[in-house]
Amino acid sequence: MFRAKEYNSAGKRVFMRVSKKSQAKRYTRSKVGNFFYILFLVAFGAFSVLPLVYSIATSFKPLDELMIFPPSFLVQRPTLENYLALPGLLSNLRVPLSRYIFNSLFVSVVCTFLYVVVATMAAFVLARSEIYGKKVIFMLVQFALLFNGYTLGIPRYLIYSYTGMIDTYWVMILPHIASTMGVFLMKQYMEGALPVALLEAARIDGAGPFRIFWQIVLPIVKPCLLTLTLFGFRDVWAAIPDGTVFSETLKTLPTIMSQITAGGIARSGSAMAVTVIMMIPPILVYMISQSSIKESMSSAGIKG
Amino acid sequence: MAKKPKKIESKQMSFKESVPYYVLLAPFLLMFILFTVLPILASLVLSFFNFDMIKTLDFNGLDNYVRLLVGDDIFMTTVKNTLVFAVITGPAGFLLAFVLAWFINEFSPFIRTLLSFMFYCPSLVGNAYFIWQVAFSSDSYGYINSALLSMGFIQEPIYWLSNAEYLPTIIIIVQLWQSMGVSFLSNISGLQNVNGELYEAGAIDGIRSRWQELWYITLPAMQHMLLFSAVMQIASAFSVSAIAVQMAGYPSVSYCVDTIVSYLSDVGGTRYEMGYASAMSVILFIMMALSRSLIKRLINSLGND
Repeated sequence: MFRAKEYNSAGKRVFMRVSKKSQAKRYTRSKVGNFFYILFLVAFGAFSVLPLVYSIATSFKPLDELMIFPPSFLVQRPTLENYLALPGLLSNLRVPLSRYIFNSLFVSVVCTFLYVVVATMAAFVLARSEIYGKKVIFMLVQFALLFNGYTLGIPRYLIYSYTGMIDTYWVMILPHIASTMGVFLMKQYMEGALPVALLEAARIDGAGPFRIFWQIVLPIVKPCLLTLTLFGFRDVWAAIPDGTVFSETLKTLPTIMSQITAGGIARSGSAMAVTVIMMIPPILVYMISQSSIKESMSSAGIKG
Repeated sequence: MAKKPKKIESKQMSFKESVPYYVLLAPFLLMFILFTVLPILASLVLSFFNFDMIKTLDFNGLDNYVRLLVGDDIFMTTVKNTLVFAVITGPAGFLLAFVLAWFINEFSPFIRTLLSFMFYCPSLVGNAYFIWQVAFSSDSYGYINSALLSMGFIQEPIYWLSNAEYLPTIIIIVQLWQSMGVSFLSNISGLQNVNGELYEAGAIDGIRSRWQELWYITLPAMQHMLLFSAVMQIASAFSVSAIAVQMAGYPSVSYCVDTIVSYLSDVGGTRYEMGYASAMSVILFIMMALSRSLIKRLINSLGND
């Protein structure tokens, strides 16, 4: 009871922080429990970070070190030659490298943006409206996730060709937007995060659905928006359109990078350098998106 | 006060009221129908046909299904393998994704981001499992063989990736290691969102330990996110394939790690029996849909004794 009073007299933000902090302190683990807890986190973390370390180390290995078997995990005599060899390997491209870089950035940015916006709009409707057919659509969204994509290739190809999307930017962008994972994630998030009372209050105050979406929903679901941005970007950045893009001027970085990677053992150093370079943008997006999710924003703006 | 508007909301909206909502839904719905629903329907229809992608397109009723369920021993083996992988990696991956997210949730944002980055690495680094290939390489130079040899546990190298005894376990380990992806990160954002006041109220109502807090407050508040993460885990646990094909090849030794997905890609991709492959993906879909409804029931009962 005493605690409750103390919190109530404080401001909203302070209230949240205080309760969070006292949370961590109130139930302390035993020392043994704590030890295992940290041991587990560190062990699992180290285990997970291995491939990244290995990729980076390998990209700095000189040729003779690359040939050693078993590969040493870390690099003994680091060199930049794998990276310096890249311009040479890329020099006989039919279109300048900048064009591929532009294509990749253009497709990834446009696609990620559309993906997040379209999914969030749809999720809002599915989570907080009572329109006809909502339940059926949501069931379809969930079940579509469970259908293996392999046999969908041919029907999809036919649809691309009927709609005239083959060999355009569209074929690299639009199909990603049809991915139901984003809608499903955002809808589930909103079920927990969007207070019905708040939306109702806004409606009574005369705000229409568009305004509610823009001014109330978007700020509240920001943590999930950022996470979704990462998922969308990660997938489209690495995507290699198979059999749908032929023009050299439309191809993206992963396509030409896979040509280098396919160059056999002699190029394995450069292949690793390419892998490392291609990892940088998703990692940047990860860092930016995750570190912006600073604190709980759940009940910002409304008292339960 | 809070309950009244809820009642108004749950009524079906009038047509005029719903128009703006349909507008918001339209872009997704259009793309979804065009690129997902139609192809799935096409695949369903194809499963009743004999289709070789070039000229044959004969309706053959339930033949594909009968052949799968009665006359195809390889399919039955792959069903068994798929179920084994799903039953182990599904729940384990689901729990791991939640427990790790829950563990790191109480750290400061900086440490949280760092730790979640580490756990998320295998998903961020494309095709990261090549490192396991080196580790389990079958000659005496593979990391694990050379370590075991030098410590004297074994006298000669073990053929890890061509031994039906070890292979399934190895694939399960690698699959779990890679499973800290979408569900893990979405659990983190979901946990961020659990209302602090709930814990507050819980403390007054007599919650005494972290475990009670987890069971009575965190889990019920996370129900929706848990369903999401469960469906994602089902989708990936039943589709274990890429890792197995990459590490053990296809077909693997006595089909010990071949799954429905590996088999149907082979049937569709090298034998061009698209109708047959479609029938397989329909059966796979039914298996996943059943486990989804089972798990949904479990999740809905969370927080009740």
